[in-house]
Amino acid sequence: MTTYSGLFEAFGLKGWCEAGSSGGPVSMAELLAKTTGKAAETNLWDTPFPSLDALHGACGAVPRTRELTAGIERLFLGIKDPLKTVLDPLTQPLSWAIDGALWAILVLPWWIVIPIFLAVVQFAARSGRITGFVASVLLMLAFVDHYDFAMQTLAIILVCTVICVLFGVPIGIAMARNDRLQRSVIPVLDMLQTLPTFVYLIPLIFLFSVTESKLYGIAIILYAIVPAIRLTDLGIRLVDRDVLEAAEAFGMSQRQKLFGVQIPLALPNIMAGVNQTIMMSLAMVVIASLVSAPGLGALVLRGINKLELGVGIVAGLAIVMLAIVLDRVTKAALAQVNLATKH
Amino acid sequence: MNMNATTPKLSIRNLYKIFGTDPKAMLPHVQAGIGKPELLARHKHVLGLEDINVDMYAGKITVIMGLSGSGKSTLIRHLNRLIEPTAGEILLDGADVTRLSHDELRKLRQSRMSMVFQKFALLPHRTVLDNTALAPTIRGEPGAGTRESARRWLERVGLEGYEQHYPHQLSGGMQQRVGIARALCSEAEIMLMDEAFSALDPIIRTDMQALLLELQRELHKTIIFITHDLDEALRLADHLVVLKDGRIVQQGEPQEIILKPADEYIENFVRDINRARVLRVRSVMAATGGTDGHDRIDANATLEDALERAQGAADHVFDVTDGGCVVGTLAMTDLFKALVPRHARQEDAGGS
Repeated sequence: MTTYSGLFEAFGLKGWCEAGSSGGPVSMAELLAKTTGKAAETNLWDTPFPSLDALHGACGAVPRTRELTAGIERLFLGIKDPLKTVLDPLTQPLSWAIDGALWAILVLPWWIVIPIFLAVVQFAARSGRITGFVASVLLMLAFVDHYDFAMQTLAIILVCTVICVLFGVPIGIAMARNDRLQRSVIPVLDMLQTLPTFVYLIPLIFLFSVTESKLYGIAIILYAIVPAIRLTDLGIRLVDRDVLEAAEAFGMSQRQKLFGVQIPLALPNIMAGVNQTIMMSLAMVVIASLVSAPGLGALVLRGINKLELGVGIVAGLAIVMLAIVLDRVTKAALAQVNLATKH
Repeated sequence: MNMNATTPKLSIRNLYKIFGTDPKAMLPHVQAGIGKPELLARHKHVLGLEDINVDMYAGKITVIMGLSGSGKSTLIRHLNRLIEPTAGEILLDGADVTRLSHDELRKLRQSRMSMVFQKFALLPHRTVLDNTALAPTIRGEPGAGTRESARRWLERVGLEGYEQHYPHQLSGGMQQRVGIARALCSEAEIMLMDEAFSALDPIIRTDMQALLLELQRELHKTIIFITHDLDEALRLADHLVVLKDGRIVQQGEPQEIILKPADEYIENFVRDINRARVLRVRSVMAATGGTDGHDRIDANATLEDALERAQGAADHVFDVTDGGCVVGTLAMTDLFKALVPRHARQEDAGGS
């Protein structure tokens, strides 16, 4: 008998304990106690914390901690199939988008992809210096045969960022208009941002097969959509109240106010959110290599798994270069937007 | 014109505004005469406006004056329902604005009432021309005609050549000119001006007042003008409403208010003005027709003009003329009396 046996006896619960005793697997401590022949009698110094396991020793009806984790697992397995039938078709377009982007960016020859990429950069940033920098980084990556991996990473980031903006901006606008919605969404955003990135992957692995690209797509989007939502909400809320009042006083409809005043004036903040979303996508796409995301992250993972130090370091540096490129380009685009709305 | 003189264009009837969680429930208390501090202490509601009744006539400038916190900005926002009243009516040509549906209200704001703001409130991402054309654009009338009329109004307020500038490139006075052009471009008959010149430097402010009066001579808009500045109020007002703690203390012709302040509050307000420059001969004269070949003076001349004309002679008597006919006489002794601020209570005692 253990420390807490007396407690259950004192409350007259002995009968309940024996009735509920399921005789589950024997713990190692009990086994040891049996083999040494000593009762697990303890003095005050060694009194165990009254945890589930300790109480279970005294009373079989109290569940053990392993029941808790097993229970969560059972629960998840229980809802998995209905959840999957709902989520699978909903998220299937994400798989198509990512697979399509990955296919397209590799099937096109490098001498088409790189100029297109540079043209986009020049259009967004309007700076020859930045376009030159991007060109040199891309050529350098291609020169050390990391072109394919870098392009795969870029394709995934591109698709995920577009989807983040597509969903995040409307959610942010809705939040800015409705205080109750804002109050209920902010804790979710906080959780998404603080949850360790590995933890995202656990329920997703249960739901989707690891060979599907939507698995890591969802993980990246959940992680990276947060700043797009937050900064859209903030930007819309920061729009000058006097200007909004004037819009109202001249009889603008809700729609005219949204598209004619609020979104244009919130654009600098929204763009800052997009910049953050891109950077967070990049961070997550590396982690997502654990669940078969291709690209530079996969090389880093190979470096770790096989202790190929050089491979890991070169891929890591390539990721840094890519991060700098994305950051500089989006910041320059942001500056362009700022210039346009300040006018 | 005669019709306009007798029926007000816009009139506020028994308007109440109470701020708080349940304003409607507080209304009986307020109507029973509970004061602003008591309402706040006992019921945690703020009394914004209490039993406001004002008639505003077409083609006139009605000035609502009060210190900050008197509820004047709240009041003007009730006219186009940027703030919803707790109780009362706002009649525009006899129709109650407070009963308008959402869409009707938008139509009203788009084409019948325009507004000019203290902080200009121009759209920073649109050009001066696009800002000016705001109201027609909202109404869904884009195109050459709108741009042309916007350009014309900009020219009218003295901003030709700035069409393609952005608001932040203009000075405060110029931005408010855009604000006025924007209000005029909506072609609305009523113009609400919320402390429109308060954010401007004194000299620019005087310019803008002159601009407004000049435009008004031509356009005859029904203007409701909010200000905390008595000089500005006296310069612009056809009808002056003095607001204090959400209640009307006195309203009437500005001259009347200066000569017969209703209470101590108004007295203090009007004590420091230059009465000779503000008061007009017509307000001080005796309306007796007797003429025996005295000097003539126009009824709308200021007392300062009369003093100058009399050259200090204390026994001078003028015949007052209005449009050529003699309407009364002005004795210098009456003029001197009018220059001394009188107390409301003494006035009452002397009058009875």
